Amino acid sequence: MHKEAFLTNEQLVALKEKAKKNRLLSLEGIYAAKSGHPGGSLSIAEIVTYLYFAEMNVSADNPTDPCRDRFVLSKGHAAPALYAALAQKGFFPEEEMKTLRRVGSMLQGHPASLKTPGVDMSTGSLGQGLSTACGMAIAAKGNYNVFAIVGDGELQEGQIWEAVMLSNHLKLSNLYVFVDYNKVQLSGPTDEISEVLDLVKKFEAFGWNTEEIDGHDFEAIEGAMTSAKAKVGPTAIICHTVKGKGVSFMEGSAKWHGNAPNAEQYAAACAEIEAN
Amino acid sequence: MADIATREAYGRALVELGKKHDFYVLSADLADSVKVEYFRKEFPERYLECGIAEANMLGVAAGIASTGTPAVASSYAMFTAGRGYEQIRNSIAYSNLHVVIGASHAGVSVGEDGASHQCCEDIALMRVIPNMTVISPCDAIEAAQATEAALLKVTGPVYLRLSRPNTPAVNPEGYQFELGKGVVLADGKDVTIVATGLMVAKALKAREILKEKGIDAAVINIHTIKPIDSALIAEYAKKTGNIVTVEEHSVIGGLGSAVAEVVCEQAPCKLTRVGIPDTFGLSGSSDAVLDYFGLTPEGIAAKVEASL
Repeated sequence: MHKEAFLTNEQLVALKEKAKKNRLLSLEGIYAAKSGHPGGSLSIAEIVTYLYFAEMNVSADNPTDPCRDRFVLSKGHAAPALYAALAQKGFFPEEEMKTLRRVGSMLQGHPASLKTPGVDMSTGSLGQGLSTACGMAIAAKGNYNVFAIVGDGELQEGQIWEAVMLSNHLKLSNLYVFVDYNKVQLSGPTDEISEVLDLVKKFEAFGWNTEEIDGHDFEAIEGAMTSAKAKVGPTAIICHTVKGKGVSFMEGSAKWHGNAPNAEQYAAACAEIEAN
Repeated sequence: MADIATREAYGRALVELGKKHDFYVLSADLADSVKVEYFRKEFPERYLECGIAEANMLGVAAGIASTGTPAVASSYAMFTAGRGYEQIRNSIAYSNLHVVIGASHAGVSVGEDGASHQCCEDIALMRVIPNMTVISPCDAIEAAQATEAALLKVTGPVYLRLSRPNTPAVNPEGYQFELGKGVVLADGKDVTIVATGLMVAKALKAREILKEKGIDAAVINIHTIKPIDSALIAEYAKKTGNIVTVEEHSVIGGLGSAVAEVVCEQAPCKLTRVGIPDTFGLSGSSDAVLDYFGLTPEGIAAKVEASL
């Protein structure tokens, strides 16, 4: 759905419900698998929901449409959030979430394009997804847009900046990169490990357009996209987010980067998400 | 075709193929060296200069290929198979994307640039990756046809190993390259020399030296290292009972290892691997470095004689 006007209240309520469901499905998968990455999945729930339900031209009825918009989850460990969005979008039944990370499942630990309907690119090894998104944007020849989500910790990978440099050089106006700036990586706070510093200045120094927003605010995401679409060249949307967003005991904690909740924690997490 | 380098034949073939088929060609500041400069001049709208950033180039190629248009990514063997190993594995091969990696300047025949640029590990690195096809043409005519096969016959990733120096023609005009099929260039009953790439021409000369000594050697060109022609190798293992592999690559993991795997499982026989020992290369002219490592007709003949 490509909108002319701003999100209506009705649409906003619907998106919030979708994001809530996205979180519940992510946690359902991770809990069933007894492994996975809840922190970084919960932090992108609004971004992924916005893209799949308010932005991208993709349809489960025509999953290989050559003119569809493309999505690359460069921070592939947040796969549960992507799978949840694809399930909600109708690419496969929501029931599949329970098979996450199991032998024989279509839902691999990290996105695998040959296994999962709707996944445009295999990712998981950090730093590689943005390059592939850049390639898709080149091949688009004006027929579609390409969206990628990268993590803030992932920006420590040098290949990201190779892709950033080339995307500006080629003035890829159809490339939109969301930085999930949740400030925490596996081992601890990102700024204690290898500081990412001022991301707006960094991307602007590389020639990119930038937007800096609250990545959990749908209206802010919409505003950033509207602004980005009017500009020439690629845009980085720096999204301030909270790792583990929506589950208070997971929020801002490196412990929940790659740990699954136990039964009690899972119940508490679901109850809190449902209540909000 | 004249005695030109396989990289040169590849560069020319891309232009011919580009006239009829849609694909992108990418390079990383080495278009002239790896001969995709010809394609750039002819089809600038389908050429992509990526700058000195090979990892990104391989990822961009994966992204392009994911949309259904093949991509040819070209640099030196060292900076594709070496530097870009994980991008090739995870971004390209895992999704079985149709990316042709045109890897020039393979092996020690790079010469003067020295060990930092002499990739003798690439066959080992590439053939272990699932979905990957590995081709190592021996002369210009084969390189041109291998380029065509990589773009038109294969649907997944291809590693095309190319060389810097000019190479004598081994195959006759009218030669038909057949992916995955070894070529018996000369029959023999005492021993079988199995060679690839630049070493094929030298193996044929070694055969002449051996002939004068009364040794009847068969010579097989294995241009496709993966999938390897195991039936032909097993046939000659049984027929001659003695195989000597020759490659401009480490004796670990390359053609010698691939042949050993076939022979051990299907037709055990004596086997000698000739190649670069477990060491780095060194600076020198192409011929001088090959000579240093014994990768000459005389050196090969001596190893074959010793194996009897």
